[in-house]
Amino acid sequence: MRFLRIPVIWAYALVIAVPVLVVVESSFKSLATLYQDPLWPTKGMSGQSYQTLTSQVPLFRYFMNSAEVTVVSLILIILLGSMISYAILRLPRIPSMIVYGVFAVGMMIPTQVNMIPMYLEMARLGLVNSRIGLILVETAFLLPICVFIIGGFMRTLAKELLEAAKVDGSGEWQMYWRIAMPLSMPAIASAAVFAGVIVWNDLLFPLLLIKSNDKDTLPLALLSFSGQYQTNYPVIFAGVLLASIPMVVLYVFLQRYFIAGMTAGAVKG
Amino acid sequence: MRAKPSIYLFLLPGGLIFLIFFVVPTIYGLSLSFTNWDGLSPQLQFIGFANYAHLLTDDSSFHTAIGNTLKFVLTVVIIQSTLSLILAIYLLKNTKVNIFLRTLYFFPTILSSVSVAFIWMFIYDSNIGILNTLLGDVGLQSLQASWLGDQRMAIYCIAATEIWAHTGQLLIIYLAGLQQIPHELYEVAMLEGASRWQTFRKVTWPLLAPATTIVVAYTTIQSFRMFDLIFAMTDGGPGNSTEVLATYIYHQAFQYNHVGYASAVSMLFMVIIALITMAQFGLLRFRSLKSA
Repeated sequence: MRFLRIPVIWAYALVIAVPVLVVVESSFKSLATLYQDPLWPTKGMSGQSYQTLTSQVPLFRYFMNSAEVTVVSLILIILLGSMISYAILRLPRIPSMIVYGVFAVGMMIPTQVNMIPMYLEMARLGLVNSRIGLILVETAFLLPICVFIIGGFMRTLAKELLEAAKVDGSGEWQMYWRIAMPLSMPAIASAAVFAGVIVWNDLLFPLLLIKSNDKDTLPLALLSFSGQYQTNYPVIFAGVLLASIPMVVLYVFLQRYFIAGMTAGAVKG
Repeated sequence: MRAKPSIYLFLLPGGLIFLIFFVVPTIYGLSLSFTNWDGLSPQLQFIGFANYAHLLTDDSSFHTAIGNTLKFVLTVVIIQSTLSLILAIYLLKNTKVNIFLRTLYFFPTILSSVSVAFIWMFIYDSNIGILNTLLGDVGLQSLQASWLGDQRMAIYCIAATEIWAHTGQLLIIYLAGLQQIPHELYEVAMLEGASRWQTFRKVTWPLLAPATTIVVAYTTIQSFRMFDLIFAMTDGGPGNSTEVLATYIYHQAFQYNHVGYASAVSMLFMVIIALITMAQFGLLRFRSLKSA
C-alpha cells in the first residue's frame, strides 16, 4: 500500500498541526470574532486575551509553583533513584533481587489505586496543601520507573571499572558518585525527561493535595480558571499556550532526549 | 568483589520515601476496602467482603463504569496500535522529512492532558467547534453533532483525543522494533519474489512481536487508568456516559465520601492492571521462547 504513504503521512501531519495552529490563532482573537469565524484568521487580531489573562490571573506564580515542584522532585528522583540502582548493582544476590522486586511491583500499581489512602495519610501528617507533601508524593510514585531505567542501564556497565576503583581504595560513595553515576548519564537523562514531563503536567496529585489557589500548579490553575472563563476560548487558549511554552521550548531544543526518554519510560513501564 | 555493609545506606533515603508515601498507603488502602468508612467520622466498622460483594453484584453505576472503561480501552488500543504501526512503517527511513514528521507526531505527548483537553473541547464545541465548522464548510451538515454532549458519542470522542495525544509516542516504539529487523531478511524476501504483503506477514510482523506486545500492553494500561483527560473534558458526564474506573473511584471517595467502598474499587482496579501486566510478561516470554 505504498501509494497511500504520501497522502496518509501528510494527512496525519494536518491532524496534529491544525488543532494546534487554530488554538494559537484563536488566542489572538476576541470571543466575538471567534464566533464569526472559528477557523480562519480575521481582522483585528490582538493580544487582548493575553492581557486579560495576565492582569487577572497570577500566571507567573503558578509557573514558579510548577517549576519548584518539578525541579525539586526531579533532583530527589534522580539522586535517590540512582542511589537505589547502584545499591541493586552492589548488593549480594538475594537482597538485590528483593529490592528490585519491590520496585517492580511498585511500578505495576497505578496512581489511582493509592490516591485515597495516600490523601488520608497526608492529611494525618499535616502535608495536605504543602508543596513539600506534593514533592514527596511525586517522588515516591516515580522512583520505581526511574530505578528501572537507571538500574537497567547500570547493569550493563563494565564491572572492571568498579573493581579498579575498589583497588584504588575508593569507598562505595566515591564509586557511585565518581564512576557509576557519571557513566549512567544517558539513562539518567532519559529518566529525568520522563519524570520531568510527568510531574510538570500532572493533574491528579496537585488536584488532591493542593487546596489553596496561591499554591496551584499550572495544570490545576488552567483547570480552575477555565471554570471561571467558561467557554471564553481565547483567554483559555492564551493560558494553555503560556503554560505550554517551557515544555515546547525544551522539546524544540532537546527533541532527541525527549523522544528517547518518554519512550524509555513507556517501554519499561 | 564484595560490597561493604555501608551499601545498605544507599537504599535508605529513597526507600524511606517509597515506604511512607507508597507502600504504606497501598496496605492502608487494602485494609480500608474492608470497612464502611466515610473518611470523616471517628469510628469505622469492618464489614468484611461486603463492599466487594456489593460492587460485583448490584452496583449498576460500577458496571456502567466498567462498560465505559472497556469501550474506551478497546477503541484506543485497536486504533492507536494499528495507526502507530502504519505510520512507523511509512516513516521508517531516516530522511529529513520523516524525522520532521516523527517530531511533529510526537509533539502532543509533551502537552499536559489539561491543555489537550481544552484543545479538543474547542474542536468538539457544538456551536463554534472546528469539527462542526469544517463539516458545515464542506456541506456535511447532516454529520454535525454535539459530540461531547452526546451520551452515546462522548466516550469515543475522548478516545479520539487520547489517540491524537499518544500515537506519536507509540510510533517511536514500533520504529525501534522495525529498525532492529536485519536488512538481509528483506533482501532475501525480495530475491524470492515475495509480495509486499507476504514480506510483511512472514518477516516484519513476527519479528515485530516484542514491540507489538509492549505497545499493546502499554496502551491498555494507560487507557485503563485514564483520568486527567476525562476529568477535564466531561468529568464523567453527560449522565454517567464517560464515567470510567478511575473517575468512579475519585467521585466515590471525594464527592460521596464512600471511602471504604472506593478503596474496594481501587483494589479490583489494581488486580485488573496486575493481570494485564502479567499477561504481557507471559506473552513476551512465550514469544521469545518460540522464536529462540
